[in-house]
Amino acid sequence: MADTVAGASPDPHAAGDDPSRRDFIHIAATTAAIGAVAGLAWPFIDQMNPAGDTLALASVEFDLTKVEQGQQVVLKWRGKPLFVRSRTGAEIAKAVKDDTASMRDPARDEDRHKPGKAEWLILVGTCTHLGCVPTFGGGDYGGWFCPCHGSHYDTSGRIRKGPAPTNLAVPEYAFLSDTKVKIG
Amino acid sequence: MSGHSSYEPKTGIERWLDTRLPIVRFGADLLDFPTPKNLNYWWTFGGILAMCLGIQIVTGIVLAMHYVPHVDYAFNSVERIMRDVNFGWLVRYMHANGASMFFIAVYIHMFRGLYYGSYKAPREILWILGCVIYLLMMATAFMGYVLPWGQMSFHGAVVITNLFGALPIVGESITTWLWGGFAVDNATLNRFFSLHFLLPFMIAGVVILHIWALHVPGNNNPTGVNVKSKEDTVPFHPYYTVKDGFAISLFLLMFATFVFFQPNALGDAVNYVPANPLVTPAHIVPEWYFLPFYAILRAVPDKLMGVLLMFGAIAMLFVLPWLDTSKVRSMRYRPTAKLYFGLFVLACLILGYCGGRLPDDPVIPGISTFQLLDADLNSMVWLSRVATAYYFGYFVVILPILGLTETPLPQPESISAPVLSHPANAPAGAAASPEKRG
Amino acid sequence: MLRKGLILAAFGLAFVAGPAFASAGPKEPRQASWSFEGPFGKFDQAQVQRGYKVYREVCAACHSMSLLSFRNLGQKSGPFYDDKYPNPNDNPYVKSIAKDYQVNDIDSETGDVVQRTATSADTFPSPFANEAAARASNGGALPPDLSVMIKARPQGAQYVYSILTGYQAPPAGLEVPPNQYYNPYMPGDVSAFYKGKGHVPVGGFIAMAPPLETDKVTFDDGTKSTVDQQAKDVVAFLAWASEPKQTERKQFGVAAMIYLLIFAGLLWVSYRRIWRNVAH
Repeated sequence: MADTVAGASPDPHAAGDDPSRRDFIHIAATTAAIGAVAGLAWPFIDQMNPAGDTLALASVEFDLTKVEQGQQVVLKWRGKPLFVRSRTGAEIAKAVKDDTASMRDPARDEDRHKPGKAEWLILVGTCTHLGCVPTFGGGDYGGWFCPCHGSHYDTSGRIRKGPAPTNLAVPEYAFLSDTKVKIG
Repeated sequence: MSGHSSYEPKTGIERWLDTRLPIVRFGADLLDFPTPKNLNYWWTFGGILAMCLGIQIVTGIVLAMHYVPHVDYAFNSVERIMRDVNFGWLVRYMHANGASMFFIAVYIHMFRGLYYGSYKAPREILWILGCVIYLLMMATAFMGYVLPWGQMSFHGAVVITNLFGALPIVGESITTWLWGGFAVDNATLNRFFSLHFLLPFMIAGVVILHIWALHVPGNNNPTGVNVKSKEDTVPFHPYYTVKDGFAISLFLLMFATFVFFQPNALGDAVNYVPANPLVTPAHIVPEWYFLPFYAILRAVPDKLMGVLLMFGAIAMLFVLPWLDTSKVRSMRYRPTAKLYFGLFVLACLILGYCGGRLPDDPVIPGISTFQLLDADLNSMVWLSRVATAYYFGYFVVILPILGLTETPLPQPESISAPVLSHPANAPAGAAASPEKRG
Repeated sequence: MLRKGLILAAFGLAFVAGPAFASAGPKEPRQASWSFEGPFGKFDQAQVQRGYKVYREVCAACHSMSLLSFRNLGQKSGPFYDDKYPNPNDNPYVKSIAKDYQVNDIDSETGDVVQRTATSADTFPSPFANEAAARASNGGALPPDLSVMIKARPQGAQYVYSILTGYQAPPAGLEVPPNQYYNPYMPGDVSAFYKGKGHVPVGGFIAMAPPLETDKVTFDDGTKSTVDQQAKDVVAFLAWASEPKQTERKQFGVAAMIYLLIFAGLLWVSYRRIWRNVAH
C-alpha cells in the first residue's frame, strides 16, 4: 500500500507510541464526529414538539350566545377542557367582595376577565394541583371543586383552600365581537 | 475473549466496580482487541452495518411515535410525518433509504465473506449467525415496506404472504393465520407493525452473538492465513476505529446524497398511491434488494418449486461452510475459484436485473429467437434460469469439486510475511517476491 | 482485476438492454425544466402562485387534494409565504382563501351536520362527497387525489406536464371509446381498439377531457396564459404540494454534505497519521 513507510515497522503495541494522543488532527476528527451526532440530535428532539397540524388547531373561536347566564360550557382547547362561564350578578359581586380576602395566589377579579365583560369568565379547566378537571358548584366558595385532592376555587376561579398552588389559569383570548371570542 | 486483558483499574472506584461488574474491562478489551493489520476496506462494512442498524432503530422508534397502524390512517399518517411533524421528512427518508443502505452494505459484507473464505473453520457459527441476521433483515424490511400502505405495500404483502400458500396441506391455513382474516387487511397491518418493531431488537441480539463469535477466533484477513504472532496484529482502537470511521464517513456521503437529493429514487412511485385492494399495479416488483430472489421465484414455472428454490437460495448460504472443500481460505490464492466467484457475482447481478423486468421481456431488444418449452429463448425468464442454475451450481457443484481438484497458489507463511516482502517495503537489497493481489 | 471486469461487464449489459423497456407502453414524457429541480433547486413563488390558480379554477372542479391544508399555502417555500407572517395561520392571504370555502362540521349543540366557513387549519374540501359520487359524475372514472401526484408517478413532473399538453387527435384506425380521450403519454394498451395497419399506436385512453385551453386562466401577474404555461405552472404547484418541505430538505442536505466532506477529510488525515508506522 502506498501509505506505508519503507522499512518502518515498529511494534504498535509498545507503550508510549500511542498515536491517538497529542495530535491535533485526531482531536479535530473526534470533535467533528461529536458535532455531527449533536447536530443530528436536534431534529430527533424537535420531532416530539407539536407538529404543524397540531399548532394550526391551537386557537378556537367560540360563539358566546350558546351560553346562558349562570351556565358554563366546557370546550376542548389544545386537548384540555376550557370553561366558558357566564356569571350571574351575585357571583360577580361575591368575587369582587373577596378581592381583599387572604389568598394563596392573590388576584383581583377584574384582572381575571376582559374589561367591561365581568360576566364572561374563561378559564383553563384543569386543576393547578395535578391536572384533574374541577366541577362547578362544589366546594366552600361557590366556585369549582376538584374531586381528586380537594382544592376549592371561588367564583373567580381563585384557589381558596386545598393543595393547588395557583388559581385556575386564564388563557390568552380576545373578543372578536360582543358574542364571539377567539381563544389562543 | 481470547488473550489476556490489558486493563488495569487505576482508581479505587474502578477497582471496586471491576470486581463487581467488569464493564469497563469489557469495553477496554473490545477496543484493545488484536486485529490483523492487513484488513482492507472490504472489512469496514461490519462497522458500517452496525451504524446502519443503529440508524434504523433510532429513526424507526421516532417514526413509531407518529405512525398510525390502521388501514384508514396509515398512508395519511406517513404523509403527515412528511408534512407536519418537525423534521419528519428527514427521519422518514433516513429510515426508508436506510433500509436500502443497510442491504447495500450487507451484500458487500457477504460477498467479502464469500471471497475471502470467512465462513470456513473455525468461523462457521459466525457465518451462520450472519445468515440469521440476513434472514431477519429480509423479514423486517418486507414488513416495514407494508406499513406506508401504498399500492406496492399492499400488493407486495399479498404476493409474499401467498408464497406460503404454495406449501401442501398447511399452506392455506398458514396464509389465513398470517393475515388474521381472508385477505391482507387491518389485522395484517397491525401485526406487521408489531413484528416490524420487534425484529430489529432480535437483529441487535443476534448481532451481539455475531460479534461474540467473531472475537473467539478473531478476524479473518485478506490472506486467509491465521494470525501467528503479535507482529500480525494491531489493537482495534485506534487503528480500526479510525479506518472504519473514515469508511463510515464516505458511506454517509452516499447515504446523504440519497436522503437529501434523491430520496425516492430507490423506491417505487406507485407506493405513493394509497392501497386499493381492488386494483393491482401494472408492474409489481419488490424493492431492489429482493429482486434476485424474485427472479429465482419466477424462473420456475411451478408455484411450490419456485418458492422452495427461492428459500433454497438462502439455505445454500447456511450450509456453505460444509460445501466448500478447499482448505485455502482466501481466493487470492485460488485463481480458478476467483474466476467462478466473479461469475457468481455476475449471476447475482443478472438475477437482480431480471427480477426488475417482466419475464417475457427480451434480453436483446427486437429479436425473437425460438420458443424453448414455455418461453422464447431470448427472454428474461430464460436468462433468470441460466443465472439460477449457476447460482445453485456454484454452491453444490463448483465449490465442492473445485476444492479437491484445483491447485492453489502458495500462501504466505504469515500475515506479516507478504507485507515485509512487498517490494515497496523491502529493505534495500533484500530479495523481494511480488505479492499476489486480488 | 478479472472480477472488477466482470462487474463492469454486468453493468454494461444492463445499460445496453435498458431501452428495451420503452418498446411497448406510453411515449417517453416530454422534458421541460423547472426551477425546483436539482440539488439547489427552489420553487419560483410566482409560478407556484399561478399554478395554484390553475389548480383552483380548473383541476379542483374534479380532483381532491385532501392532504393539503390552507395553512400550507402560507408556510415557508409555499406559494403565499410572507416573511411578515412566520406562522402561516396568521397569513391574511391564506385566511382570505380559506374564507371562500364552506366545510362540513357538526353543530356542537344539535349534532346536525352544518356548513361553516373554512379556517386556515382546514384541509382543501373535496369536490365530491365520496368515491361513488366522484365516479358517478365522471363517467365511472375516479379523478385521483392530487396531494402527492408528482411523487406517485415515475418522472412525476414530466409525466403530468406531458399528459396535460399531450392530447392529440387519435391516429387513423384507432376507435376511441365514448367518454375517453387518446393521449400518447398515458400508460395503457389500445390494441383492442386499433383497426388500422402496422404498429399499434403508443399511449392509452384517459377519461379526463383536455382540461387546459389558451386563456382559460387569467394570470394576475400578466404572464401569457398558454396551455404550455398553464401546464408548467400547475405542475410546479403540484410538485410543491407533493412535498412542501423539499426546499428545506435540499438546503439541509447541502449543509450536511459540506459537513460530511470536511469530516471525511479530517478522518482521512487522522487515518494516515495513525497508520503511518504500520506496514500493512
